[in-house]
Amino acid sequence: MSDPASPAAADSPPAIRAIVAGHSDFADGLVSAVHAITGRGDVYHTISARNLSGAELEEKLRQAIEETGAQVVFTDLQAGSCTMAARRVSRDRNDVLFVCGANLPMLLDFALAADTTPLEAARHAIDRGRAAITSVGGGDAGAPGSPGGRS
Amino acid sequence: MSIALFRIDDRLIHGQVVVGWGQPLDIGFIVLVDDVVATSEWEQELYRMGTPPDMHVYFHAVSEVGEVLPKYEADRRAGILLTGDIDSMLRLVREAGVRKVNLGGIHHRSDRKQKLRYVFLSPSEEERLREMSRFGATVTAQDVPAAHPVELDDVLQARAATP
Repeated sequence: MSDPASPAAADSPPAIRAIVAGHSDFADGLVSAVHAITGRGDVYHTISARNLSGAELEEKLRQAIEETGAQVVFTDLQAGSCTMAARRVSRDRNDVLFVCGANLPMLLDFALAADTTPLEAARHAIDRGRAAITSVGGGDAGAPGSPGGRS
Repeated sequence: MSIALFRIDDRLIHGQVVVGWGQPLDIGFIVLVDDVVATSEWEQELYRMGTPPDMHVYFHAVSEVGEVLPKYEADRRAGILLTGDIDSMLRLVREAGVRKVNLGGIHHRSDRKQKLRYVFLSPSEEERLREMSRFGATVTAQDVPAAHPVELDDVLQARAATP
């Protein structure tokens, strides 16, 4: 654990603060984007569901939580197999926060909140990720007041 | 409508099923056939949480399907029936008259050999699939609707190109 009062802490690699898990290259893709934008992609450990059975995925997620000590797990899709695995793990790991529906603004916000606890950072990041969905254009379908319209 | 897809998938309800097949087939319900899940409230709640609110999930033990299948086949909505393993689907072929089987995802295990990117089979599982075929069921492998279905013979020979 790094000591925020120590200036040397900024130079040491940050501990893994969260796991990102999803279909195919979802996690690696988002985390590489976080890294390109902030240089802080290394707060994340990534997992892909590719070619894994539900049981294998659950085991992999459990192991990653144990090994990294991560207190937060971000997954991609409500019905996705990573989310299903996460829900199984949450049955006996209710100390870990499981967040479904991760997006880039959410993971950026979390990665940059190094001064708060992972759980606080995640709660803030969830709000940021939700608020970051906007749209413009699209004619009548994208008009103000319509679902997804400019606000 | 009726059951549009009889699928063997060891992940049961997940993204490929709900979104990948569910949206293009306009699926209104899923029949999840699994003896363990059928007796576990917690497991059922888990799978319900994973599906959109307008998609109903019904849970059955394998032995119940022969009796309830006609009701689902007469449903006005389109549905997907899922089993998590080959044995359960073979029983549905034998006992419930299922004649079209989709291999959607059977993943790595120490006694299985890889046949496709998403299909691994043990020798006894290969034999059970052949048995389905002898019962008159058409068995093909296809993970998502956009992929080409792979005939059972090609699956068993591991002849399909793996994208």
